[in-house]
Amino acid sequence: MQAPKRATLILADGTRYEGKSFGYEGSTAGEVVFNTAMTGYPESLTDPSYEGQILVTTFPLLGNYGVPPSGDASPSLRNYYEGSRIHCRAIVAQDYAYHHSHWLAERSLAQWLEEEKIPGIYDIDTRALTKHLREHGSMLGKIIIEGTEAEDDVDFYDPNAENLIAKTSCTTVEVYESIEAASTPLTATSDTTSWTAESRAGRKTVVLVDCGIKHNIIRCLLKRGVRVVRVPWDYDFTSLPYDGLFISNGPGNPDFAEATVENIRKAMSDGSERPICGICMGNQLLAKAAGARTYKLKYGHRSHNQPVRRVGTTQCFVTSQNHGFAVDDSTLPSGWEPLFVNMNDNTNEGIRHTTLPYFSAQFHPEASSGPRDTEFLFDEFIAKL
Amino acid sequence: MEKENIKKVLLLGSGALKIGEAGEFDYSGAQALKALKEEGITTVLINPNIATVQTSEGFADKIYFLPVTPYFVERVIEKERPDGILLAFGGQTALNCGVELYQSGVLERYGVEVLGTPVRAIMDTEDRELFVEKLDEIDVKTIKSEAVESVDDALRVAGELGYPVIVRAAYALGGLGSGFCDNDDELRALVEKALSFAPQVLVEKSLKGWKEVEYEVVRDRYDNCITVCNMENFDPLGIHTGESIVVAPSQTLSNDDYHYLRSLAIKIIRHVGIVGECNVQYAYDPASMDYRVIEVNARLSRSSALASKATGYPLAFVAAKLALGYGLFELKNSITRTTSAFFEPALDYVVVKIPRWDLGKFHGVNREIGSSMKSVGEVMAIGRTFEEAIQKGLRMIGQGMHGFVENKSLDIPDIRKALVAPTDKRIFVIAKAFAEGYSVDEIHELTKIDRWFLYKLRNILETSQALEAHNGTDTLPDSLLRLAKQQGFSDFQIARSIFKKEMDRDTEGAIMDVRRHRISRGITPVVKQIDTLAAEYPAETNYLYLTYNGTRNDIDYTGDHRSIVVLGSGAYRIGSSVEFDWCSVNALMTVKKQGWRSVMINYNPETVSTDYDMCDRLYFDELTFERVMDILELEQPHGTILSVGGQIPNNLAMRLADRGVNILGTPAKSIDNAEDRHKFSAMLDSLGIDQPRWRELTSLDDINEFIEEVGYPVLVRPSYVLSGAAMNVCSNNEELVRFLKLAANVSKQHPVVVTEFIQGAKEIEMDAVADEGEIIAYAISEHIEYAGVHSGDATIQFPPQKLYVETMRRIKKVSAKIAKALNISGPFNIQFMAKDNDILVIECNLRASRSFPFVSKVLKINFIDLATRVMLGLHPEKPAKSAFDLDYVGIKASQFSFSRLQGADPVLGVDMSSTGEVGCLGDDTDEAVLKSLLAVGLRVPKRAVLLSTGGSKQKAELLNAAQRLHNSGLKIYATVGTAQFLNENDIPAVRVYLPSESDKQPQALTLLHEKMVDLVVNIPKNLTSHELSNGRKIRRAAIDLNIPLLTNARLAAAFIKAFTSLPLDDIEIKSWDEY
Repeated sequence: MQAPKRATLILADGTRYEGKSFGYEGSTAGEVVFNTAMTGYPESLTDPSYEGQILVTTFPLLGNYGVPPSGDASPSLRNYYEGSRIHCRAIVAQDYAYHHSHWLAERSLAQWLEEEKIPGIYDIDTRALTKHLREHGSMLGKIIIEGTEAEDDVDFYDPNAENLIAKTSCTTVEVYESIEAASTPLTATSDTTSWTAESRAGRKTVVLVDCGIKHNIIRCLLKRGVRVVRVPWDYDFTSLPYDGLFISNGPGNPDFAEATVENIRKAMSDGSERPICGICMGNQLLAKAAGARTYKLKYGHRSHNQPVRRVGTTQCFVTSQNHGFAVDDSTLPSGWEPLFVNMNDNTNEGIRHTTLPYFSAQFHPEASSGPRDTEFLFDEFIAKL
Repeated sequence: MEKENIKKVLLLGSGALKIGEAGEFDYSGAQALKALKEEGITTVLINPNIATVQTSEGFADKIYFLPVTPYFVERVIEKERPDGILLAFGGQTALNCGVELYQSGVLERYGVEVLGTPVRAIMDTEDRELFVEKLDEIDVKTIKSEAVESVDDALRVAGELGYPVIVRAAYALGGLGSGFCDNDDELRALVEKALSFAPQVLVEKSLKGWKEVEYEVVRDRYDNCITVCNMENFDPLGIHTGESIVVAPSQTLSNDDYHYLRSLAIKIIRHVGIVGECNVQYAYDPASMDYRVIEVNARLSRSSALASKATGYPLAFVAAKLALGYGLFELKNSITRTTSAFFEPALDYVVVKIPRWDLGKFHGVNREIGSSMKSVGEVMAIGRTFEEAIQKGLRMIGQGMHGFVENKSLDIPDIRKALVAPTDKRIFVIAKAFAEGYSVDEIHELTKIDRWFLYKLRNILETSQALEAHNGTDTLPDSLLRLAKQQGFSDFQIARSIFKKEMDRDTEGAIMDVRRHRISRGITPVVKQIDTLAAEYPAETNYLYLTYNGTRNDIDYTGDHRSIVVLGSGAYRIGSSVEFDWCSVNALMTVKKQGWRSVMINYNPETVSTDYDMCDRLYFDELTFERVMDILELEQPHGTILSVGGQIPNNLAMRLADRGVNILGTPAKSIDNAEDRHKFSAMLDSLGIDQPRWRELTSLDDINEFIEEVGYPVLVRPSYVLSGAAMNVCSNNEELVRFLKLAANVSKQHPVVVTEFIQGAKEIEMDAVADEGEIIAYAISEHIEYAGVHSGDATIQFPPQKLYVETMRRIKKVSAKIAKALNISGPFNIQFMAKDNDILVIECNLRASRSFPFVSKVLKINFIDLATRVMLGLHPEKPAKSAFDLDYVGIKASQFSFSRLQGADPVLGVDMSSTGEVGCLGDDTDEAVLKSLLAVGLRVPKRAVLLSTGGSKQKAELLNAAQRLHNSGLKIYATVGTAQFLNENDIPAVRVYLPSESDKQPQALTLLHEKMVDLVVNIPKNLTSHELSNGRKIRRAAIDLNIPLLTNARLAAAFIKAFTSLPLDDIEIKSWDEY
């Protein structure tokens, strides 16, 4: 094996971590965040919520089980990935497994990173790095691979300064009838008359606003027998026939999604009893539509082990999370209340309307990666349709 | 919390340590007691294991050193009237006992509520048939099998399933009576044996080669569930989890795999209705997502102890709180103290558990590992690469290996065969196979071990080859040196790879060369914390390990010299087990109480000393010279204590002293003077103290010459050993020649020590604490057996009841002389032999001994507390009390695990073979003997006994006992000589025929197979354990058929006297504090 090239992670405050390159040999920059999950790197890398970020995995061993096949499904709904491509800017670990082993693996993580032009570094003290990020908050960073660009030629890049939602959302309306069948674009000639349950013998239809969606949300909905109409983040879906509205997860600052917030407001404006559900960014956008405020957390929640409690009950759930912004509970207007709360830091983990069928979760009930204990929220949503 | 009616709780312990049920239950029970205490609940503990931490002052309010059997537990309940009972913290022993008490209506009769998982749920998981039905209800797949109650049914089921099949016994611990069968004959043999332990056996299709994965699951009464940890076995299905190398978290599972099995585990725990903790074990197809649930243990287990240590999540503590009615959301993460206990730990390191076997100690034992557990202990290694963790672990098991590579080459005649049929040496066979050019794929095909593990192991080999390309440190690139350290290479391994043969000339020098070189190149380890949340939240955790995969310490060392470092005892093994954990914990407590920072180094996940709340800083790491020095250089302690952790720390004394380490207590030079046979002997001579004649010899001629002088029998052994490994008694020339061949193979560099062996001598132990050479506390105890039985196997009585005052006086005098001469400050132990009025010194250890907890608890003077205060320079006062004041007796009895060790001859000899011990108190010897022997699994016979009483001396010794058996109405069967002897002495005995006369009736083996006798006394004729004789066949059959067996005349006589003179109901139920 050829000796790996040296790679350096440089944080905006000047802290440097020396490691070795194992992925694409090109330099990059982004916001450095850590995730404490112990499995799920293919899911995380393709999760659009990581757009623009350099992902530090605190679990020290990376690449053990290779990478599953991208599959025959269309890029708009992958079998084993959460997006059509890798969204992270780079991945950082303590140790990389040059030899993977899994029956489903199609290639190694290094090969995949090379194909998608994403650098990977290992031999980094990821625990020291994580503690640094915890103490100083998420910060910008760049990765310089030996023999490529000079350090000064690579600028820091702040993903939060741009509209990542727009960057990761779909651009056309796609209609999904089942997990197996390819989606079809919605055109002027599409027949939507039988879409809703109200129409005779119609299947129920869910409009899914794509703010940078994880594919498992689509799969979780389709598995429950509904038709999914995936619309771009700023698309005015209110004229479409539908039974329920679902607002997806997505990267970055919710303030960029004012267009989505407007559309949600419109959907709620008449006190509509059509159910609305949101996940992650969806929670923040629903809160904003209700009139609440959001704020940036110091270093976010990114892990598979976040404990949340259903407010007012003894029910607790281990959840998968990936967010840097949160809803400020205290700004929720009357008629709204917290639905879930984080048991570690008491931050908001979901909201609901006190009378109408609107609710959302800050965590990821669709998991992938992570624990699947809250997938029942999809059932609760579907039951309300 | 709901259960406010619960004011007093009874906790059942697990009794003596045995294979399959070891130190982990001291840890679980101790944690449960802490949890109850915090709630202000009065606790009552039943556990005869006197060496445990949980049976120490301050853990339970009432402690009963009594057998954990339904009879005794009922009597304690009758007396104590507890409101609730905890069954999940004392292993299978406590669980089985609890189920019996429930089924017999005792618990209901006394209004005792079972806290935690309901008994119904326990039975659903324990009874295989119910278990399968239960999981069928929720469409969870189990291994399809059938429960049978006869050999014929087993054969029929196997016919239907097709071979290979696996047989498991219901209600069995650690896979007892389990195994694979390839044909009818194997099945017949195994099922017959299994049915002797359990009413029911199950036969199932084998899934050899599937992955084995385990989840530790917790549920509260509000139905909230978490999985604290998952673990993956390095060895695929077919090798018992207790025999397998295990990693946490799983390494070869994808996110889908991980969470698929996790969700199933939660579904199962909810359906079964566990409240507390359980584990779910899966077989998992390596080529799809197909799975089978192997079993669910509705209690704390060895795995849960490991999971607690691996994650920092105190499973037993939390399970106890949940049993009291708490919800997980009401409890805090005890590491961060701010975040919730309802969460799943995120690890930022990898943990490897490796079993420790001691199969070399048993004659005739089958060394293959499989579906039944044989290991006696385990280690846990923490690293930030797999390579680092496994190499650390392979050193920790302490069997002379330096890691995966750079070991003494093993002699493996057929590698292929050795890969297919694994033994306790399996991982080193893999190393050898790689070195011989086997590929990962080939090894995978033969072992079915996942390629991922094999690739990682090959990385280590490749690094060693890269190192071997260098000759010395000059050309060694820093990058390679660092890589080697990151992959867990020790300085020794690196030295051997670069200095090669040259190293043998000056091993220590070579190692120090490497150490100096690497430190000068800035290649040093860093300290990391285990904080359950992978650094996501700040944690004031003191749970630490060292790694080369990192650049920054988590701890800021201030160099305040306020630390006292205590070295722990390492892996439990035959000869060193929970008693040294008790010593370590007590030393830590005293250190802390005296205002110092208490620091522990140990790596045994089954211990209380590795519980992070027992000390101010816990380094869960190696006890090698290299690692201890690394830690001492960081800690800059005031001093280091080596004398409470058994032989492992003791062996480091000279090397640490040479590096200027401040060893508290007895000086290293004195330790060396006691350990070195020549120096010690010369000292005794100069003090005018007698010792058995001995000589260190290198040739057979010299040996013969010496034997002519002292006569047979002689004791033959290599120097510097613990618990008599490779030591034997030879009664004649033939035995001597045969044994020397073996011993020469064992240890070539070391000459052989031959000692005269005195028959019929008493053995006496002196446990004491001295301060600057003056004894301030002591305990003299006597062995029930005559010399020739290893002190770790012997039954020990304290205070002595049959020693002459003169003998005691002499022992005191001699001990005082030795203490003075060696300038002892701290704990020590001397073993004596006494015959007539002479006393001889056999051995002296300048450290705490195995019997320290026993004598401390019987005398109620904590010898370790005293010794620690001595070592801290506090010059404590002499305790006022002495053993002469005691009006009760303590008996320490040994627990054997022969039933696990197929083929081993269950006799006692100079080599230790017991795996655990109990200590019981009584108003007289009989009472204490009876309690303690019942506590190690003997039962009072009801119908008949089978006697073969050895040579004429032993026959005479047992005559009185035989008379007692007869008088108490027991039928006596006896083999030819014994029967004749008894009949001549007017004791009726039915003669039975020996196995070699298999055609004649009544036949001894038939009696056993048909359970016509319920006690076997079989005394070997001589002291050798080699005989492949009739006696051995009878002894082995007794063990395999679970019939109590005694092989020592003196012990048999004591037991028989005890149960014939004291009916069970006359035993007084008294707690420790009532003595």
